[in-house]
Amino acid sequence: MVQAEGVRKRFGLVEVLRGIDLVVTRGEVMCVLGPSGSGKSTFLRCINHLEKVDAGRLVVDGELVGYEQRGNRLYELREGEVASKRAEIGMVFQRFNLFPHMTALGNIVEAPIHVKGTSRAVAEKRGRELLERVGLGGREHTYPRQLSGGQQQRVAIARALAMDPKLMLFDEPTSALDPELVGEVLDVMRDLATSGMTMIVVTHEIGFAREVGDALVFMDEGVIVESGPPKQVLTNPQQERTKAFLSKVL
Amino acid sequence: MTGTTGEENAAELPVVPVRHPGRWVTAAVLLVLAAMLGHWLVTNSALRWDVVGQYLFDSSIVHGVGRTLELTAVAMLVGVVLGILLAVMRLSPNPIVSGISWLYIWFFRGTPVLVQLLFWYFLPTVVRSLSLGVPFGPSWFHTDPKTVITQFTAAILGLGLNEAAYMAEIARAGILSVDEGQTEAAQALGMTRRQTMQRIVLPQAMRVILPPTGNETISMLKTTSLVFAIGFSELLTTAQIIYGRTFQTIPLLLTISIWYVAITSVLYVGQYYLERYFARGSARDLPPTPAQRIRGLVAR
Repeated sequence: MVQAEGVRKRFGLVEVLRGIDLVVTRGEVMCVLGPSGSGKSTFLRCINHLEKVDAGRLVVDGELVGYEQRGNRLYELREGEVASKRAEIGMVFQRFNLFPHMTALGNIVEAPIHVKGTSRAVAEKRGRELLERVGLGGREHTYPRQLSGGQQQRVAIARALAMDPKLMLFDEPTSALDPELVGEVLDVMRDLATSGMTMIVVTHEIGFAREVGDALVFMDEGVIVESGPPKQVLTNPQQERTKAFLSKVL
Repeated sequence: MTGTTGEENAAELPVVPVRHPGRWVTAAVLLVLAAMLGHWLVTNSALRWDVVGQYLFDSSIVHGVGRTLELTAVAMLVGVVLGILLAVMRLSPNPIVSGISWLYIWFFRGTPVLVQLLFWYFLPTVVRSLSLGVPFGPSWFHTDPKTVITQFTAAILGLGLNEAAYMAEIARAGILSVDEGQTEAAQALGMTRRQTMQRIVLPQAMRVILPPTGNETISMLKTTSLVFAIGFSELLTTAQIIYGRTFQTIPLLLTISIWYVAITSVLYVGQYYLERYFARGSARDLPPTPAQRIRGLVAR
């Protein structure tokens, strides 16, 4: 589903990604661990075309991100083409980023109606089902500010799912939540993983990575330091850097 | 520990609120001053309230009110629509588009509005013909600018285009006040820049844009009186014509002041409800409107 080969990204003088190689297969749950500033979020944003890749190849579902290859030249994609590719990838943010001027249901049906052209009736029916699925049935007409952080994040997940994405990206989805609200969001994500969704999850939730993750990578300073099955990496890390990080968070 | 009591009966003791004797004194002083002013207004026969009453609904004054309202509404419409467009252009990644917007704002804020009004009105003296066609080639449509630039169009162009430059900066401030994460979330859902702006950013920016726009509208209501310079008659010019004839200067100024204050008060109400509409979702619960409060009191 996602193949990265030597992906590099630079912000001014700082090279944030220094050659990332990674493969995520269909239906796999990939957890990304690492200290802040290690480039995890930037990598996730590159997959969703929110950042432009400077060098290397990043392929999502068989298509190059941000460029189109014709002959042996790469052509930069136009804005509309990028937008239609983004529509196929769901993203959940650390700070939820729900639209505060719309109700929970309004948030969910916005993109299906205005991007995909789904009829309002169909979109709202599906929106209600999705709210039910994330455990918020009956909260259609509530505005985001009237919901708790955990509830907001669940609406955000439902909003991403409404576009029927083939890949879901989670950028530290529980980091802005009160500890007691983390569980409800992780439960929804666990359900999603069981249903066969391909997911890349940047997280600090070691427990979630161990239980739900099919694969785990540990990133630091723009490179992948170590990768493998979660249980193996978490219980028997090979690299000194990984050991040092895990000793602090476990 | 004298003067304190045990905790067990502290909850039952009467509470003495802080006294504010200063407030009573200032209120009394102001009341006396207001009474003096009221007395002067009522008893001073030179103010000629009878003349005010006579002209308040005089047909030429009411007509002037209509022209003022018309100018204010059309000029503000031009100003707001063009201003928002200019603000969006100014924030465009396209350097030519944002450059044009910058140039527009720079020019229209850089010259006095009175100069712009006169400029538009006298434009036909330097532009002898207007035509639509291929540059340097044949033209399909041809007209004399004197028929296009009337006093009204010159007034609208002068006031509206100038207002747009100020509204552009107000709108830009509003757009910049919306969290970056909103744009990101909209883009992640596959929305285009245009959709993001229209559906996500602008509705949220309206909360910040509205109060200064109310300011601008009220200011425009009074700026319209500048059109006397190009001979267009609105409320102030109408009053000037009347007192030029009757010498009842103060009574007529009082008459139009009553109208200006009345219109401004109506605008306040409009702004209140508009702000309320765009505040949806921003607070957990909106406070009741004055009408709802009254209904609530009656129902009780």
